[in-house]
Amino acid sequence: MRSPRSSAPPARAIEVRARLVPIVSTLIGSACALVPTVTLSPAWPPFGLLMLLGWRLLRPEMWPAWIGLPLGLADDLLTGQTLGTGMVTWTLCLLLIDLVEVRLLWRDYWQEWLLAAVAIAIGILGAWAIACWTGGATPVTLVEPQILTSILCFPFIGRLCALLDRWRLAIGKIRASDD
Amino acid sequence: MKAPTRNRRPGFSRRAQYGLFLSYVVAVTGVFVGLGLVVVSHVDPEGFGAVRGAALDLTTPVSAFGRGMVRGAGSIVDGVANYIDAGSKNAAMERELEANRRALVRARILALENDRLRRMLHLVENRPASIAVARIVGSTGVSSRRLATITAGLAQGVRPGQPVRSPEGLVGRIVEAGMLASRVLLITDNASVVPVRMARGGMPALAAGRGDGSIEIRPLGAGGNPFNRGDIVLTSGTGGLYPPDVPVAVILRKEGDIAIAWPLADPSQLDYAVVEQPFAGLPSPPKGTSGETH
Repeated sequence: MRSPRSSAPPARAIEVRARLVPIVSTLIGSACALVPTVTLSPAWPPFGLLMLLGWRLLRPEMWPAWIGLPLGLADDLLTGQTLGTGMVTWTLCLLLIDLVEVRLLWRDYWQEWLLAAVAIAIGILGAWAIACWTGGATPVTLVEPQILTSILCFPFIGRLCALLDRWRLAIGKIRASDD
Repeated sequence: MKAPTRNRRPGFSRRAQYGLFLSYVVAVTGVFVGLGLVVVSHVDPEGFGAVRGAALDLTTPVSAFGRGMVRGAGSIVDGVANYIDAGSKNAAMERELEANRRALVRARILALENDRLRRMLHLVENRPASIAVARIVGSTGVSSRRLATITAGLAQGVRPGQPVRSPEGLVGRIVEAGMLASRVLLITDNASVVPVRMARGGMPALAAGRGDGSIEIRPLGAGGNPFNRGDIVLTSGTGGLYPPDVPVAVILRKEGDIAIAWPLADPSQLDYAVVEQPFAGLPSPPKGTSGETH
């Protein structure tokens, strides 16, 4: 679809915005780990991962599967996890969603939440396993509350992605490209 | 309910099919590269120090900016809480002050006697000098590791391996140093083991973090569980990294052979920390792998 270029002068700006908003919002999600508190146990949901899943489930066509690599690397650097943790777990989550999605006949809210819940559990447990291997063995009960809060947070993140999506595509002014 | 998106199906275009296939090849290759990075970090924990340090320098100002506000809000809550039952608290504090005054006099007498005995023995005191005083601005809240960020780095002379303490007690040691900021492995992290001894009796033990804010104290001697609730453990100075006689933790309860303790320098309440020289030089890195990498 090459036609949007011909519409109006701000079309170019909207195109740039449409590409940047998902990436920047995911990076901001990762940067939530910079909140200035010293926590005694893993308490914060991994907002970067939640944003990534939110965008992926909302717009399956937007990102190729390898987008987990650069975004995961940025997440590792921002949150201070072992380098490679985010790269591996995020990309595995995206590949898993790709695998499941081609087998689904329809999608609804609960299915999407369930899919996100499984991906969140895989993401957090993967990061936990890597932290155990590179650091010391932590009991898995320590990350269970984090998994639970992240799953409960997901619908709100999904809403946020939808809001951002309407703004980034300037719906009402120019149509989203469907390719 | 919406229809499944078929947009990922490339249709009959050969070029689009190859493009999709290539993106999966890149993704899977990337996963293996990521696993490789994890393995490298496992073998050589300081291997990516430069990259991680640079990221730390860039992100620390964000945390440092907000830290004052968070602490301010926390202290307002504490301040309000302090006004409730102020009367009974006052009476309790007066009793405590009385007891402390007596203990202080006794401690002064002991300090004088200690000084005199040291002079008699010609014991040389070489306390390591402090390197930097830094603010604690944040921590890894997402990861299951317990690392805190402080606002001093290579520029201030901070190097990985140096011990960090606060006036209340031991905080941890430096594991990563950027130019202006560094990460501290807290004593509550699972990877941290501190050689300690009991303040009462001097029995040696090991203090290992448990990852949930508490510390596990394992006695080194055989037979029984010598700990009591309220006992204080100090660093022993064994191993040469942590200076001796720094308070570490207070024992909360016994669990079989071990005891569960809480750090005296509570990381969530700390404001400032002091980076010190290792007590007797830097220890060699664990696993003896640094020989190949240098």
